[in-house]
Amino acid sequence: MTLSVRGLSVNSLVRDVSFEIGAGERVGLIGESGSGKSLTALAIMGLLPEELRASGSVSLHGRELLGLSEKDLSRLRGDELAMVFQEPMTALNPAMRIGRQVTEPGRIHGRRHRAEDLLAAVGLPGTARAYPHQLSGGQRQRVVLAMALANEPSLLICDEPTTALDVTVQAQILSLIKTSLPAESALLFITHDLAVVASVCERVLVMLDGEIVEAGSTREVLTQPKHEYTRKLLAASDLEARR
Amino acid sequence: MRNLVLGSVLVGLVVVAALLSFAWTPFDPVKVDATHRLLGFGASHWFGTDKFGRDLLSQIMVGARTTLYVGVVAVGIAAVIGTPLGVLAGMAPRWLGEFVMRVNDLVLAFPALLLAIMFGAVFGADTLTAMVAIGIATIPSFARIARSGTLQVMSTEFVLAARAGGRSRLTIAVRHVLPNISGLLIVQASVSFAIAVLAEAALSFLGFGTRPPTPSWGRMLQESQELLTVNPRLALVPGIAIAVAVLGFNLLGDGLRDRLDPRLAARV
Amino acid sequence: MTARVLRRVAIFVVSVLAASIVVFLFMAVLPGDPAQVALGVNATPELLAKTRAEFGIDRPLVTQYFDWIGGVLHGDFGRSYVTREAIGPQLLDRLGVTLWLVGAGMLVALVIAVPAGTFAAVKHRKAVGAGVSGLSQIGVAIPAFLAGIILVQIFAVQLRWLPSGGWTPPDQDFGEFARGLVLPALSLGLVQGAVLTRYVRSAVLDTLGQDYLRTARSKGLRPGQALVRHGLRNASVPVVTVLGLQLATLLIGAVVVERVFVLPGLGSMLLDAVSARDLLTVQGIVLVLVAGVLLVNFVVDVLYTVLDPRLRGS
Repeated sequence: MTLSVRGLSVNSLVRDVSFEIGAGERVGLIGESGSGKSLTALAIMGLLPEELRASGSVSLHGRELLGLSEKDLSRLRGDELAMVFQEPMTALNPAMRIGRQVTEPGRIHGRRHRAEDLLAAVGLPGTARAYPHQLSGGQRQRVVLAMALANEPSLLICDEPTTALDVTVQAQILSLIKTSLPAESALLFITHDLAVVASVCERVLVMLDGEIVEAGSTREVLTQPKHEYTRKLLAASDLEARR
Repeated sequence: MRNLVLGSVLVGLVVVAALLSFAWTPFDPVKVDATHRLLGFGASHWFGTDKFGRDLLSQIMVGARTTLYVGVVAVGIAAVIGTPLGVLAGMAPRWLGEFVMRVNDLVLAFPALLLAIMFGAVFGADTLTAMVAIGIATIPSFARIARSGTLQVMSTEFVLAARAGGRSRLTIAVRHVLPNISGLLIVQASVSFAIAVLAEAALSFLGFGTRPPTPSWGRMLQESQELLTVNPRLALVPGIAIAVAVLGFNLLGDGLRDRLDPRLAARV
Repeated sequence: MTARVLRRVAIFVVSVLAASIVVFLFMAVLPGDPAQVALGVNATPELLAKTRAEFGIDRPLVTQYFDWIGGVLHGDFGRSYVTREAIGPQLLDRLGVTLWLVGAGMLVALVIAVPAGTFAAVKHRKAVGAGVSGLSQIGVAIPAFLAGIILVQIFAVQLRWLPSGGWTPPDQDFGEFARGLVLPALSLGLVQGAVLTRYVRSAVLDTLGQDYLRTARSKGLRPGQALVRHGLRNASVPVVTVLGLQLATLLIGAVVVERVFVLPGLGSMLLDAVSARDLLTVQGIVLVLVAGVLLVNFVVDVLYTVLDPRLRGS
């Protein structure tokens, strides 16, 4: 198993969450805001805010991550573990050129990349000398994706990567994630948008109030929801579709 | 919350000392007494006496009056002139607003101390020139904060609604803008007060502020200098008084800022 | 970017000229006659008239102003009404002393504020962080001249490590010069350092909460590395503003500190000129100080553009 989460709790905001993701598997994590999706992601990355504590077990290729020192964790982050955040407008350093930011994961982990190559791979050739404010939201999210994928991580976590973007740009970013993710990488895709889950993920986990209430293949969960909350989510998104 | 309480206590201490001094001081603060010169801390003269035998505690109490007087007048001048200017600059057409702010920046280039020394050179230095100079030098801070507050309020929906409803600019300024920026102004007043206390002390120290024999903390410090080696107490007592007042007003300002504007709480 | 800098240059030049008019008018309309001050009360009317002509103060104000400002632009600040000596050379000399003091004071302030403010921000949840904040709050409340008095008492009077005042030019004896500068620079810098610490803390605290710092950590940077590589430059933008304002405060604070330490700087020259009612000298010094403040503001504005690429325009 690439990622194995057992009985993960974060204070009382996330409770007893367990799931696994194998190599090359794409898993969706859905639920409304405040349900603990993002905290679960941050707990896996070891980037929880100072005042929160994770307990339980998170292991990557069988190696326990919880309780690992900051030094050891930082060796994994950006290399084995990578993350794309929700807000592209603020995720990049406003005072540093795109090229330097995008090659930084390589420099940190002792690999050499050409900024131009990484940026061309996400459809942004010739932007290495630009500053973030000169790019649009969608372009910045491509940059963030390029950084996350630079070292071909075993696990990529995307935390609502398209929520802050226009609908047309959303589709572009989604297809970019699908096409540029290495085949053997695992993906944990957090969203509240069922349509997105249906297009990207094979399996889906439904989270409510810090707990996983339903899990299964995307088709199963979306066509025959067992939990009442999932049914509500589906009904709400049906309404949205009809509007 | 802690800031607010501690700040209020320290400011309260200064205010009580000043008010009490009108009715009672342990000794006559300006009475020279050759038989009790340079006494240390003691039971009758708590903070001791200076080289003329004047009681330090009494001087500190009456000095608090000077400090508050200068602060109130200086901050008053700055608020009364700076606030309307800032509100005007925030509501007026862009070019006029820009112009007011440019003039503002120019005044900002004349710091309080320099202005007070200039005033002193021309009119002869005393408490009045000091507080007027400090007041003028403080106008830009008020104008600036009032303008940025006004710009914020002017873009809110209730002001847009009032403007759409045909309210005059003056009505909007008085009914909507002033009440909404009053919090910012109160915080500014408290912080400016602290700066005014420091400026007055520095001026009196240089001989450009309050004239003898009226007791002033800054001048007490200046007078202490020649006897510093043998009597550091003479500098310590007014020095602590100044620090208490400045710390008090700064903490009060911080506390009020936290209380009145939680968005700003994380900032300085 | 060039347009922005040019605009700033224009604003700076216009502000200095406007300030010079303000200073000139202020000194010109004052009650009192410089000739009378120079000659004393027993001067004959003829002598007074002759002296007025010599000073050039019998001419129209506009002529006087252009004459003065024209000279200033060439470094000629006129001749003192009292000593009859050229003001320019002495002013330059004194300015050197003040700049040493201000520069050293700024250095002290920065050396204190950057580490202390950063530390207080990083540890803001811990007692030590709050302790540093509290100390800085107390430091802000201590006037520079009081700090000076205390420092002299400890290091000059009690310990006898350093001189309590006086000035040795650096080209005469650098060691003695440096020893003499320590206490004045400390008294000026400690207080400003306390003020600056608060701003550094708040700027760093602000930066610590930014998303791009989390991004940096997700790339594999440890918290400290992320702060140094991505945070400090961004945090420096608001700090530079305050630094600019502080430099102005330092310039004026130097006036007071020079008096405490008997340094022959611009401040003591100003105070001496005021007590001698040597108004042309006062006028010159005030102009130099105000122009200095405006220059600092100008430099800060340009520095912004360098530090924050968003202001450069695309």
